[in-house]
Amino acid sequence: MRDFAYARASRATEAVQQVARSADAAFVAGGTDLLNLMKDGAEDHDLVVDINHLPLTGIEESEGRLRIGALARMADVALHPVVRRRLPVLSQALLAGASPQVRHMASIGGNLLQRTRCWYFRGEGFACNKREPGTGCAALEGRSRWHAVLGGSDHCIAVHPSDLAVALRALDATVHTLGPRGARTIAMAEFHREPGHTPHLENALRHGELITAVEVPLPAPGARQRYLKLRDRATFEFAVVSVAVVLRMSGRTVEEARLAFGGIATRPWRSPEVETALEGRPLTERNIAAAGRLLVQDAQPREDNEFKIELAQRALQDVLGRYTGGSR
Amino acid sequence: MAQHRRRDVLKSGGVAAAAVMVPFAGTEQAAAAPDAPQAAQPRAVADLTLSVNGTRHRLPGVEARVTLLDALREQAGLTGTKKGCDRGECGACTVLVDGRRVKSCLTLAVMQEGRSITTIEGLARNEELHPVQEAFVRRDALQCGICTPGQIMSAVACIEEGHTGSEDEIREWMSGNLCRCSCYPNIVDAVADAAKVMRR
Ligand SMILES: Cc1cc2nc3c(=O)[nH]c(=O)nc-3n(C[C@H](O)[C@H](O)[C@H](O)COP(=O)(O)OP(=O)(O)OC[C@H]3O[C@@H](n4cnc5c(N)ncnc54)[C@H](O)[C@@H]3O)c2cc1C
Ligand code: SF4
Repeated sequence: MRDFAYARASRATEAVQQVARSADAAFVAGGTDLLNLMKDGAEDHDLVVDINHLPLTGIEESEGRLRIGALARMADVALHPVVRRRLPVLSQALLAGASPQVRHMASIGGNLLQRTRCWYFRGEGFACNKREPGTGCAALEGRSRWHAVLGGSDHCIAVHPSDLAVALRALDATVHTLGPRGARTIAMAEFHREPGHTPHLENALRHGELITAVEVPLPAPGARQRYLKLRDRATFEFAVVSVAVVLRMSGRTVEEARLAFGGIATRPWRSPEVETALEGRPLTERNIAAAGRLLVQDAQPREDNEFKIELAQRALQDVLGRYTGGSR
Repeated sequence: MAQHRRRDVLKSGGVAAAAVMVPFAGTEQAAAAPDAPQAAQPRAVADLTLSVNGTRHRLPGVEARVTLLDALREQAGLTGTKKGCDRGECGACTVLVDGRRVKSCLTLAVMQEGRSITTIEGLARNEELHPVQEAFVRRDALQCGICTPGQIMSAVACIEEGHTGSEDEIREWMSGNLCRCSCYPNIVDAVADAAKVMRR
């Protein structure tokens, strides 16, 4: 890691000021991604502002919503009684991520801002538009097992690796921030960006804007929720395909289906077509298969990641299959 | 595409990553109270005091970029904590901070001032081994030994957290610690044994 200066912030406004003032400054929360990025030379900062002493760790329920402080740790959120009871998809997504040690360190805000695990981005000496705009993309012709089949561009096909973000997208969460121009909220749907021509711009935050909390509307008590994560080893690995589901049924009929996918797209992925195809119809194997085909209709696979087309559809069948009551 | 200056684009991935010096506008929520304490001055080097195994270690002139792992090994002379991958993937550097297991390669030493750190050197009571150490010896839960301090620290926490209900549960909750000699069956047995002893 190259040399940098360190400051410990005791107030949110002060942290924002310190980072906003200098283009080469960054916040540090758990440090579990920032340190790796700096060690790998993918990021380079003159100033690191420690936000761990800000009072942003609380988890509070009020009026049907759960507000999770940006500095709440993955482990604490996953095991929080309200999260376990009312947001099992969130608890499962968190517990499926990283390792117990990392989950003790990693914060909710930092998790949303973790950067891609694309090996060309993390490695040194490859063409990578995310790491150095204008240099090209080694993954387009390279090894792309971990890369996206949806939402990519000619400039980048990197997957956003967060399991948490996939669950929060299905839950229609919002992100609260405090920036140089004050406080605002950003819907999860608008938070992460597709790469387009500017893969180095990954989210809606401005420089120096601090995530203060994530707010999650609690689904109706009877809603079915599940997070399915498929990976190359049993545990402690990023997803090749994942699905977060929040499903409201009335008898055998789907009233509302909220489905978000990870591992297959450049950002946590939702498809209105897939959800509409399921809603108002009985949940049957055949209807799920039809929805699955819609999910991948615009997919752009490469040799190494073509398997995701089939795997994503099977994942959908698996995750919803347990609610069909055997209807074909 | 225009060539960006490397340092402009290396920072965060945010939309306005390259937009420098946004003035701090001070809205109602954002305005700092006039009597707010002055922001801590950024420093690249600092004299640190780390509390490790109940002892205060004064470490002069520690650079901000030094990880907790490197400070423990190189500055405090506590080389029991091992450096494996240095990327949080192998678990060899596991220590406890305020009783919770963490990877010491993924945090800066300066961030841990004021916390209570426990390393492998802090487990035994004089000549008497900790039950987890005892169990690792009895079960022969190691070959080359490089991952062992991390395995043991992780196991101590895993047992405290109550994740030793079954072999599968132990494997899942010990998954942050890799063993390239693949002693997993013996490690799982050792953790299960130690859990029984510690529950007594
Ligand atoms: C070995 C390993 C395995 C992993 N496996 C998984 C996995 O399976 N699934 C998964 O989802 N994740 C996984 N992760 C990623 C992990 O979840 C993230 O590294 C972690 O959540 C980042 O949080 P942090 O608090 O450590 O962030 P930091 O590293 O401190 O920060 C990350 C980024 O966010 C910024 N930041 C942090 N907090 C804020 C804030 N409040 N406001 C604005 N900016 C902020 C920082 O400036 C930095 O740019 C893994 C990580 C490791 C090391
Ligand atoms: S996929 Fe994106 S992150 Fe990976 S090499 Fe291409 S531009 Fe870089």
